[in-house]
Amino acid sequence: MEIAVISGKGGTGKSSVSAAFATLLPNVVLADCDVDAANLYLLFHPTIKEEQVFISGQKAVIDKAICTNCGVCIDYCRFDAISEMNGEVLISETSCDGCQLCARICPLEAISMVQEDKSRLYAGDFRNGKMVYGRLSPGEENSGRLVDVVREKAKAMAKAVGIETIIIDGPPGIGCPVISSVTGVDRVVVVTEPTLSGLHDLKRTLEVTSNFEIKTQVIINKFDLNEDMSNTIVTYCAGEGITVTGKIPFDPQVVEAMVHCKSIVEYAPDSEASRIILSAFNAI
Amino acid sequence: MTESNHFKIAIASGKGGTGKTFVSTNLFNVLRKLSYHVSLVDCDAEEPNDREFLSGEETERMDVTQQVPVIDENKCTYCGKCFEYCHYNAIFFLEEARIIKVMDELCHGCGACSVACEYGAITEKDDVLGTVTQYQIAQNASLIEARMKVGVHSPVPVIKAAIKQAKQTDIVLMDAPPGTSCPFIQTVNLSDYVVLVTEPTPFGLSDLKQSVETLKTLGKHYGVIINRAGLGDNKIYDYLNQEKIPLLMSIPFDRKIASLYSTGKILTNEDLDWEMQFNELFNFIVTRHGDSRH
Repeated sequence: MEIAVISGKGGTGKSSVSAAFATLLPNVVLADCDVDAANLYLLFHPTIKEEQVFISGQKAVIDKAICTNCGVCIDYCRFDAISEMNGEVLISETSCDGCQLCARICPLEAISMVQEDKSRLYAGDFRNGKMVYGRLSPGEENSGRLVDVVREKAKAMAKAVGIETIIIDGPPGIGCPVISSVTGVDRVVVVTEPTLSGLHDLKRTLEVTSNFEIKTQVIINKFDLNEDMSNTIVTYCAGEGITVTGKIPFDPQVVEAMVHCKSIVEYAPDSEASRIILSAFNAI
Repeated sequence: MTESNHFKIAIASGKGGTGKTFVSTNLFNVLRKLSYHVSLVDCDAEEPNDREFLSGEETERMDVTQQVPVIDENKCTYCGKCFEYCHYNAIFFLEEARIIKVMDELCHGCGACSVACEYGAITEKDDVLGTVTQYQIAQNASLIEARMKVGVHSPVPVIKAAIKQAKQTDIVLMDAPPGTSCPFIQTVNLSDYVVLVTEPTPFGLSDLKQSVETLKTLGKHYGVIINRAGLGDNKIYDYLNQEKIPLLMSIPFDRKIASLYSTGKILTNEDLDWEMQFNELFNFIVTRHGDSRH
């Protein structure tokens, strides 16, 4: 069973909930799919057994020895990545989308494509099973593809050692890496917070999960920071036919647990937060 | 790198939910009160939130589109050249079965397939990726919101279009998307100064380090705001000292601030002391990094 924890809005406590889920069972595969800012390895210090290079894309590079600065490529590029400065044609690495069109149309074949190979996938063991995470090199693209690779690896590991549960810690937002994190999973848990931003982002996130027809549940973190807003969220979810399976109170121990490299259920198993996370997990 | 007639500050963070929107809306609010001609661009196109805190009349709205191909099957010879040219696997092609289909959701609108086709079988249509909306918050202050359509793969084209809209004002604030990948780079790369908002936790520190490394590569000036100070640990302060990164502001964890924020209220409208602190924040940045005009 694959369970994905996502949030729409960042910083709602998604990773804290994922970490707690991952330590409620003796044996899980944990896939950190927040490939832009993977963090769970900080709590679990996995022993890395495998490292793979992930080719995230390609960028166009001009061979200055061949280029005559004719500028034909400038007209073809739709990403405004090529410009002329003081008579010299230049490609902006940050704007290049890697479509390769400039390389194809250059009359002198002065442009070639260079692979971006700085992103990595790591896999290994942690105290409650196996762990996989991706690390997208800053500025690189195709995080959705890297999420796919992390999930494929997690499934393969689960199958190899006979583990049934895969916990996916997803990225924030609603774009490509989020869609890749939730496509085909058995259950999505959306962690939100009782703020106007939290509610706004929750609505957009539920739109994504309903488009993909995935069974979804909601957890409200720090619900007591604004109980009226929490009630609004519960009412909204009820209207959408979605159950709020847990309302976690604000508890400084959640942050303390992180500082001590533990999940909240490891650090303070008897706390109210742990009790609610357990019951939300049992609801799955 | 930027046109010198306006000063651009990006508010960013590696980790999500550290308080980018809180800092952006408050900084915008004090600049509005100081009568600067200011615009705030909400570049978090996947989850734009600034509008929840600011009210104003919508003055302009435009769709951001890209060109996606339409294949005329009567003209298509099923040669497969467009399929070969497409780097994004957006063209589904079975040569023997003579099946060719465009998958709009994978298309990046690069136009390579149109160039590839030798039979005039490909034309293009507009595909909406999102909207850029402008709101007049005060006479001297406007909000420009980038909002990606749900289901679109990348927010970058919408972000770029929104930033283009902000060219006319003296000061441009950009509330950046989280992370350090493409959407973040597109935003901070256009700024003169970057305010990184973080929190004093192991996750916050790890993501801050990644942001700092990225900004160093881009050659940007930056400083750090620590939010929810008092929760977590002190390692982040050691890191800032060691790297000689200016600590611009420290915002304590305070239930009052959190609860005010949760209802969409702006702290600098409610609390004079915080208004002064945000004024000082701006002065610090401008004295060090703004041009002489301000």
